[in-house]
Amino acid sequence: MSLLAVTELHKKFGGLHAVNDVSFNVESGSIKAVIGPNGAGKTTLFNLITGALKASAGQVQFKGRDIQGRKTHQIAACGIARTFQNIKLFHDMTALENVMVGRHLRSRAGFMAAMFNLPWTRREERAIRDKAMELLALLEIADFADVDATSLAFGQQRAVEFARALALEPELLLLDEPAAGLNIHETADIGRLITRIRGLGITVLLVEHDMSLVMDISDEIVVLSFGEKIAEGVPAAIQNNSEVIRVYLGD
Amino acid sequence: MKKMLPFVLLLVVVVAIQLLTAWTDTRYYLTQMTMSAYYALLIIGLCVVMGYAGQISIGHAGFFAIGGYLSAALTTRNLIAYKDTALVRVLDATGLIVAGEDIYGEALMAVTPWAACILAVLTAAVIALILGIPVLKLKGHYLAMATLGFGIIIYRIVLASAYFGEADGISEVPAFQLLPGLAVSGDFGARVSNYYIAWGLLLFGMLLMKNLIDSRVGRALRSIHGSEEAAESVGVDTARFKLQVFVISAVFAAVAGVFLTHYNGGIGPSEASVMKSVRYVAIVAVGGMAHLWGALFMGIALNFLSLRGVFGSYDDAVFGVILIVIMLFAPNGILSLDWRAYRRRLFPRGRAAETAGEGNR
Amino acid sequence: MTVELFIQYLFAGITYGAIYAIVGIGFNIIYNTTGIINFAQGEFVMLGGMIAISLMPFLPLSLAIALAVVITMICGALVEMVFIRWLDSPGVLRMIIITIGLSILIREVALHIWGESIRSLPYFVGDEITTVAVLGARISPQVLWVIGVCGLMVLVLSIFFKATSIGRQMRACAANRKAAILCGINTRNMVTLSFMLSAGIGALAGCVMSPITSTEYDIGTGLAIKGFTVAILGGLGNSMAAVGAGLLLGILEAFSISVMPLAFKDAIAITILLMILFVRPHGLFGSSTAAGLKEF
Repeated sequence: MSLLAVTELHKKFGGLHAVNDVSFNVESGSIKAVIGPNGAGKTTLFNLITGALKASAGQVQFKGRDIQGRKTHQIAACGIARTFQNIKLFHDMTALENVMVGRHLRSRAGFMAAMFNLPWTRREERAIRDKAMELLALLEIADFADVDATSLAFGQQRAVEFARALALEPELLLLDEPAAGLNIHETADIGRLITRIRGLGITVLLVEHDMSLVMDISDEIVVLSFGEKIAEGVPAAIQNNSEVIRVYLGD
Repeated sequence: MKKMLPFVLLLVVVVAIQLLTAWTDTRYYLTQMTMSAYYALLIIGLCVVMGYAGQISIGHAGFFAIGGYLSAALTTRNLIAYKDTALVRVLDATGLIVAGEDIYGEALMAVTPWAACILAVLTAAVIALILGIPVLKLKGHYLAMATLGFGIIIYRIVLASAYFGEADGISEVPAFQLLPGLAVSGDFGARVSNYYIAWGLLLFGMLLMKNLIDSRVGRALRSIHGSEEAAESVGVDTARFKLQVFVISAVFAAVAGVFLTHYNGGIGPSEASVMKSVRYVAIVAVGGMAHLWGALFMGIALNFLSLRGVFGSYDDAVFGVILIVIMLFAPNGILSLDWRAYRRRLFPRGRAAETAGEGNR
Repeated sequence: MTVELFIQYLFAGITYGAIYAIVGIGFNIIYNTTGIINFAQGEFVMLGGMIAISLMPFLPLSLAIALAVVITMICGALVEMVFIRWLDSPGVLRMIIITIGLSILIREVALHIWGESIRSLPYFVGDEITTVAVLGARISPQVLWVIGVCGLMVLVLSIFFKATSIGRQMRACAANRKAAILCGINTRNMVTLSFMLSAGIGALAGCVMSPITSTEYDIGTGLAIKGFTVAILGGLGNSMAAVGAGLLLGILEAFSISVMPLAFKDAIAITILLMILFVRPHGLFGSSTAAGLKEF
């Protein structure tokens, strides 16, 4: 059984079919990329999977359970984490605190426990902090733990967002254009990082424009154009697909 | 333990002020200090909702009024006419009603302050819950107007209903016997003990809120302020957290209303007015929005000055000017501004990362 | 209910409704160019009435009103230039608090200039007992003045926005501020102008309503709530819908008096406001997709 199964997913905005009967599977332990020209519906697809948008029709199944129509936080609780195309960090919070919020689902102190600061909440708090520091170290930004996250350099902000998503200990990680705005070296770093994340047993689904990155790291690629899936397969097959070449290069 | 230091310091200051007033024979200052402490209790509750969770409320005087008015009405309205109804009999049997005589020697039956207090605070919590479910889905201007509308409705209700005394409000509210020998009342003899009751309550409330902010829940609330979409993506149930913190702050406001009403021996419709709600917002803004200690100190200082009549007939105007000036020149509050400048002056060679963090603001 | 009484209530409703509509349009004009809800909108209405009353001893009625409108417009422009113009992309929360502060400030200044007394302009034609017969009911001619002047303002405004260059520039700002800047439109001046316009129409409405409803330093908040209700009801930014919504609210309020205590009249607007916010925040006539594109 596939980890994620998208079946005939459809999203209409007024008369525009942003996502039109798209189906594909993501196998556990793989890296899958969604590519396509601007406006192909890639980000809409992500927003449908994470519950930020509601689909007009179709299904999204995660580990065999239908998750389409659930709220974003419920979908996160199922084990799906994401990053954003235009980085969304929590302002007025340090890098460490940002990652600590990522531990939300892996901790349980509620209002009463927090207000009375019970002994077990203090233990839990220490565990949250340790895990968050560990992740910052993994992404090599531990030095900036106490810096206001939104004042970090662009690449570091992206790393904080990665750490925050990883803090959920997700089974599936959605990356929305992880290489956007990065130079060649940083893109190569991100590529290595994604491969490493997969090594931790986390399945990755990414939307990306940078073809070299996509071809390098993906096991499989889905190509969208005007909301429709026009091709799916291993990188080598996609590179030679005449329809894909036509869409990208024009007739 | 570092966290407890400000509490210990504040406690020392509180005791010092009391001793100072006793020594200089200026005990009358304690009255306004007591009242200010109760207002500050409401303000720290509002601070968590506005500054940390980022949800504006221009209706918190409404919750204060629900607490104050309900406990006042329940403890003063004579139930003698209903003494044979089932409800009153049950209440009487369970000891929730006191019988006595009023100043004219007429028989009097009313709910005990403890029961009235609990009922009033619960009512405020339930109303906050019912109101919060639809209101907290709103953002920005819509949320501001909806909470303002709630405040006005409460104001209209207390002003228009005979049960709440219309324009006169409710007076002759009895003392609230907390423990044997310890009562919330306006008696001159009880001034010192009431000062400590109020400040004890405020410090306790502050401790709860401070713990809350420095916890998993506090981080979740701040993340909602930062980016609701991102907060949801890491699994924060933003609707539930916003609702819970709104209810808690309503409870703080209601408790403040109950205690202050017993202390003053009455309550009037001005406590429910829009201007009061705006004043609380102004104080949170001056304190620095996401700054609990700032909110507490500004809550004490500005309310104390206002209650002493320092602003004269310009009382409301002062708070209007404060709002504008703070929002124009120091949207992060005056305390936070000063502190940062202070820190830079004291530690000019602070860590490079820290200055980088401040440079971007 | 007799036909005469019905018409009496109807006209009362339309009179108040026209005022609410003007305040609602005032909200919309500023909202469209800036994205700000100006909580001090009701204070412009109060200022217009108060200034005209103060000028009455020195000037004939028409001149007093004209001057009052001009002075209020200058106040509106000053408010924008002093408090808003130089702010660099302020957040919504900050703007809400600033305009609330402004509303308090204007009200307190009015309190210190004019005191707490209730004043009013004289009736434009005749006095409070003069009536004209409309469909069998006795109506004060001032009611017709209010309806006429408000109707005229709506007409002039719609011509202004459609047919004049400045009006079109303002609409361009509303549609897309960045694109408007690129087309060479001075958006800052447009914002100032929008404050002047909404102050001006508010002031004129405040003058024509003064003989009937009288003017007091603290009428602003109530009017602002109702104007906002109307603006929301019609869908924020949609001025023509606000006219319909204003009349609807006014008529509802007028008829409510016959079934509810007077003290709860104001509660109607707030109840409608809360209901609309909960059920259809984009307004009765607005579309949810369009509302979703606005920054909230």
